Amino acid sequence: MKSLDDLKKIRDAAQSKVNMRGKNDGMRVLVGMATCGISAGARPVMNTFVEKIAENNIEKVTVTPVGCIGECAIEPIVEILEGDIRTTYCRVDVEAAERIVKEHIIGGKVVLDYVIGKYRL
Amino acid sequence: MNELSLHILDICQNSIKANADLIEITITENIDKNIFMIEITDNGHGMSKLTLSEVSDPFFTTRTTRKVGLGVSLFKMAAEMANGSCVLSSIVDIGTKVTAIFEHNHLDRAPLGAIEDSINILILNEREIEILYTHKYNNQIYIFDTREVKKVLDGIPFTDYNVIMWIKNNIKEGIKMIQEEESR
Ligand SMILES: Nc1ncnc2c1ncn2[C@@H]1O[C@H](COP(=O)(O)OP(=O)(O)OP(=O)(O)O)[C@@H](O)[C@H]1O
Ligand SMILES: [Mg+2]
Repeated sequence: MKSLDDLKKIRDAAQSKVNMRGKNDGMRVLVGMATCGISAGARPVMNTFVEKIAENNIEKVTVTPVGCIGECAIEPIVEILEGDIRTTYCRVDVEAAERIVKEHIIGGKVVLDYVIGKYRL
Repeated sequence: MNELSLHILDICQNSIKANADLIEITITENIDKNIFMIEITDNGHGMSKLTLSEVSDPFFTTRTTRKVGLGVSLFKMAAEMANGSCVLSSIVDIGTKVTAIFEHNHLDRAPLGAIEDSINILILNEREIEILYTHKYNNQIYIFDTREVKKVLDGIPFTDYNVIMWIKNNIKEGIKMIQEEESR
C-alpha cells in the first residue's frame, strides 16, 4: 500500500514543477452526477475525464461533478464550457469520454457523434 | 446500480446538496454476525420531520414528482433485497445520518465495488468537502481522511495525476489489507 511518505514524495515532486492554475480560468467539464447519471454510468465517465486530463498534463481544465442537468433519459450527460460556448454531450460512455478528451479538449474539435440535439437524442 | 459504492456516491450527493462540508462514511463488516453496514453522516442542513417521513415512505418511490427522487428509495431497495434495512435520521441545521444494513453473505447483496472511484469524485466536488472514510472488517480498521491528506499535500491539488493515483491505491490496498489481515 502506498504510504503517507509516498504522498510526501509526490508533493515534493509536484511542488518543484508548480505552475499555479486559476481554478476556473479555462475550459470546464461538468459531469451530471445525480441518481440518473450515476445509474447510467457517470462514475467511470467522470473518472476517465479526470485521469486522462491529469495524465496528459492538460492545464486549466477542471472536471466537476454537478447535479441533475434535467434529461435523465439521455444520461450520462457531459457539458463542456469554454467562455460562453457550451457543448452538451449525451449518452457518454468511457470510450466517448476518451474521444472527447482527445478530439475536443486537446484537439479543439467538437465530437459531433455525441452532441445532444443535432445528431443524437 | 450494481455496486454499493455507487449508492454511497449517490447518497453523498444529497449531503452535498444539503451544503454539508464533512461527510463521514463508515463501513462495518462483521462476518460472525453476518452484517454489512453502511453509515453516512453529514453536517448539512438536515430535514424537517415532514420531509424525513416522506423520504422514508416506500410509497414515494412510485411517484414521479420532482421533489421526490430516486436515490434514497433505490438504496433502501438494495438493502431490503439483502434482507436488511435502511433508516434515515436527521436534525435541522445539524445534519443527516443514513444507515443501511445488509446480510453479509446474502446472494443479493451487491458488492462494495470501486469505493475509491466514488471517493475520488466526492473529493473533486466544486465546493470543498472533507471525507472521513472508515472501513472496519471484524477487528481490523482502515481510515482515509481528506484532512490528513490535505495537510501533507500542502496546496498541491487533488487533481495532480500522481495524487489521484496515490489516493486510489491507498484506499483500495488499505481495504484489501484489513481483509487479508483478518483472514490470516
Ligand atoms: N443528507 C440529506 N440532507 C438533507 N436532505 C436530504 C438528505 N438526503 C435526502 N434529503 C431530502 O430527501 C429528498 C429525496 O432524496 P433522494 O436522494 O431520494 O432524491 P433526490 O436527491 O431529490 O433526487 P435523485 O436522488 O433522484 O437525484 C431530497 O430531495 C432531499 O430533500
Ligand atoms: Mg439523491
